[in-house]
Amino acid sequence: MTIVLTPAAEHQVAVHDGLWMSPVDAERVTGWTLKPEGMCRAALCVPLPASALRPNEVDLAAFWTKLGGPVIASDRHDVWALGAPAGERNAQLEGLEAPDFTLPDIDGVPRTLSQLRGRKVFLATWASW
Amino acid sequence: MVVAVAEESRGAEHARPFIEQAKSAYWQLIDTEHRLSDLYNLVNVPQAIWIDEQGRIVRPPETAGSTDHFRRMDLATRTLSPQDQAERLAARQAYLDAIRAWVTTGAHALPTDSVRANLPRVTPEIAEARTRFRLGVWLRAHDRADEGDRQMAEASRLHPDSWSMWRQARDLEEVGKASGLDFWKRVQALGDRPYYPPPKL
Repeated sequence: MTIVLTPAAEHQVAVHDGLWMSPVDAERVTGWTLKPEGMCRAALCVPLPASALRPNEVDLAAFWTKLGGPVIASDRHDVWALGAPAGERNAQLEGLEAPDFTLPDIDGVPRTLSQLRGRKVFLATWASW
Repeated sequence: MVVAVAEESRGAEHARPFIEQAKSAYWQLIDTEHRLSDLYNLVNVPQAIWIDEQGRIVRPPETAGSTDHFRRMDLATRTLSPQDQAERLAARQAYLDAIRAWVTTGAHALPTDSVRANLPRVTPEIAEARTRFRLGVWLRAHDRADEGDRQMAEASRLHPDSWSMWRQARDLEEVGKASGLDFWKRVQALGDRPYYPPPKL
């Protein structure tokens, strides 16, 4: 099994020759669904080149690169990280709706920003270092 | 509501003593992957974002109460001059006052155009740096320190403006190194550029 890291999650996926995987796994990792017109999320579809498709397989690295997202592999190619495309981050911020996230609190309880809708939020970072 | 997010790749236990000392009633979240910095394009701590009741960003990411006075610190005694110390505390107080004014009257919330114009842009280099940093944290946490350090070094090369990535990598090498000699050299190399750009209140 190969580890695939996305900005918010970690997945174990059966892959070969890079990030060739089943469309089911591709959807589980990225949220994009393989359809005849390409990889689709909601109303948006991104066509894939024929070289990124085989029977019941998709080259996720090729798809992610086409989206404009970084694809970085560990030396042994046993861990891969898929980053958010710069354009997606910019579009999200420029929309001015605060990007939502879920993080554990100090006791491990997951907390989601959007649970605080209806209140003003002062969101601040800090660190021990 | 305050949401405090610790950018802390060593995990909750490294943040816990500070959190217990704060005795806070608000959320104290632990962000080992610096996910918040990725989502909001942050480069340092402390940085803050103000979010209104509708969940909209009303001030772009900005320095939250810290100032550059530390750059004039006497490193032998680790003290500031009385004047610098007073200015530093006054700037912090001014920022706290601004937050309180916003909560009660809505003051200091910026028009949408102004917020947009002041958002830092994510470049492809920054996006790649975040991805390498994420991989680096994972490798570090799985006993592959050398490989993790290489990914983090590449992340800092791609996104040299991020102090958080650079300092977190130093801290993962060795606790305390984030404020060591290399840190001070890197701060000095800023020259006239700010380490903590003051918020435009």
